[in-house]
Amino acid sequence: MDWEFISTNIPLYREAAVLTVKIGFAGILVAILLGLLCEIIVYCRIPVLRRAVAVYIELSRNTPLLIQLFFIYYGLPKIGIRTDAQACGVAGLAFLGGSYMAEAFRSGVEAVGAAQEESAYSLGLSRMQTIRYVILPQAFAISAPAFVANVIFLLKETSVFSAVSLMDLMFTAKDLIGLYYNTTESLALLVVFYLLILLPVSLLGSVLERRLRYAGFGT
Amino acid sequence: MGVRPVPGIVLEISHLHKAYGQNTVIEDLSLTVREGEVIVIVGPSGCGKSTLLRCINALESNQGGEVRLHGEPVLKGSKNLPEIRQKIGMVFQNYELFPHMTVLDNIMLAPVKAQGRKKSEVREEALALLKRVGLETKANSFPRQLSGGQKQRTAIVRALCMHPDILLFDEVTAALDPEMVREVLEVILDLANQGKTMLVVTHEMQFARAIADWVVFLDDGRICEEGTPEEFFDHPKTERAKKFLNTFTFERKARQPKTI
Repeated sequence: MDWEFISTNIPLYREAAVLTVKIGFAGILVAILLGLLCEIIVYCRIPVLRRAVAVYIELSRNTPLLIQLFFIYYGLPKIGIRTDAQACGVAGLAFLGGSYMAEAFRSGVEAVGAAQEESAYSLGLSRMQTIRYVILPQAFAISAPAFVANVIFLLKETSVFSAVSLMDLMFTAKDLIGLYYNTTESLALLVVFYLLILLPVSLLGSVLERRLRYAGFGT
Repeated sequence: MGVRPVPGIVLEISHLHKAYGQNTVIEDLSLTVREGEVIVIVGPSGCGKSTLLRCINALESNQGGEVRLHGEPVLKGSKNLPEIRQKIGMVFQNYELFPHMTVLDNIMLAPVKAQGRKKSEVREEALALLKRVGLETKANSFPRQLSGGQKQRTAIVRALCMHPDILLFDEVTAALDPEMVREVLEVILDLANQGKTMLVVTHEMQFARAIADWVVFLDDGRICEEGTPEEFFDHPKTERAKKFLNTFTFERKARQPKTI
């Protein structure tokens, strides 16, 4: 193991890690909002949009992120929409993650059940109030485990960003291997940095899950 | 276009018809509830009691007839349905408290959000009502920390805090242990004594007799017989009602002498 190589290149990885985390979390944030929007459309049975959501979910879940990124990065400019690599990364991740988040929220909403909805309606709450105060808080708590799993899954998916020439962790590792042939060291650093990003998220996730377990309620 | 309220009449159900596909659940049912009246609905399982209550606040759509609260039609899908539902308190068999909120938040949610009342005022009233049903120490508990009877009393307070014109009770003791049944029924009895207008579906015949001003016996989605509790329980007129009431009494035949 070439320790000098490792120590000189750590700053390079750190920079790449910051970029990965930045794009990763921005993409996930948009994915959450997109998923929530999709679920509200499905829940409220909004006519045409509901169909669009169904098509989007199938499209997004059944195509690889790499291909989605290619489409956004190389395809969209052809129809006049310019994207830089970072925006493309965020958009790609959001496109992929939105459907996963929507499905997680949907299972949560379905688990809350019609009786809770009726209970809220019988108190004279409007539809929006029912969604906001009764359904969503419970649905969030119920879907927390799926939600955490999705966040981790999406963060891992960031490793394909290098394909659209984003200087992320994967890109940095491949670059160094190409330049110096220090394969072992480069890949070891890559693993360590991904762990540094993901382990805290995992731990935070399990704390969140435990805190929200009261959503299991019991009668 | 104004609607002329009929004085004294709170709820008017006329020629209600409800069916699930081919299956008729309620057929041409008419019933009037006056101010301060306690009407108890009894009948065998599946006779449409619960469905009737659910039709009253339009949790179920109906296929004919109408329901009016103070002269105003209660219509599924109408714009002012939430406002009308605020005046119809409903208590469910399985409580249906909101599990992610404390007892106090459960009670305060609708008065604050739906009726736009002041938080401090609603809190004060909620605490006073909780005290009256013996739950003043449970205000900050979550539903999962309560017994069945406590949950149901909370649900009753939650409905009361909306100041409804009428209260609907849908077999509210059916999921409770016998000892808890009493604590819940006493609360309802207390409400009756305060002159609240109520429609009560129950299988507790003793209770029905004690609380009712008027008993309605439902069978096959129709009113089979109705009358004062004395008339209905002591001198039922129809065979169907007699048979129904018989299911609540037990008699043992005289012991046969043992043969070897």
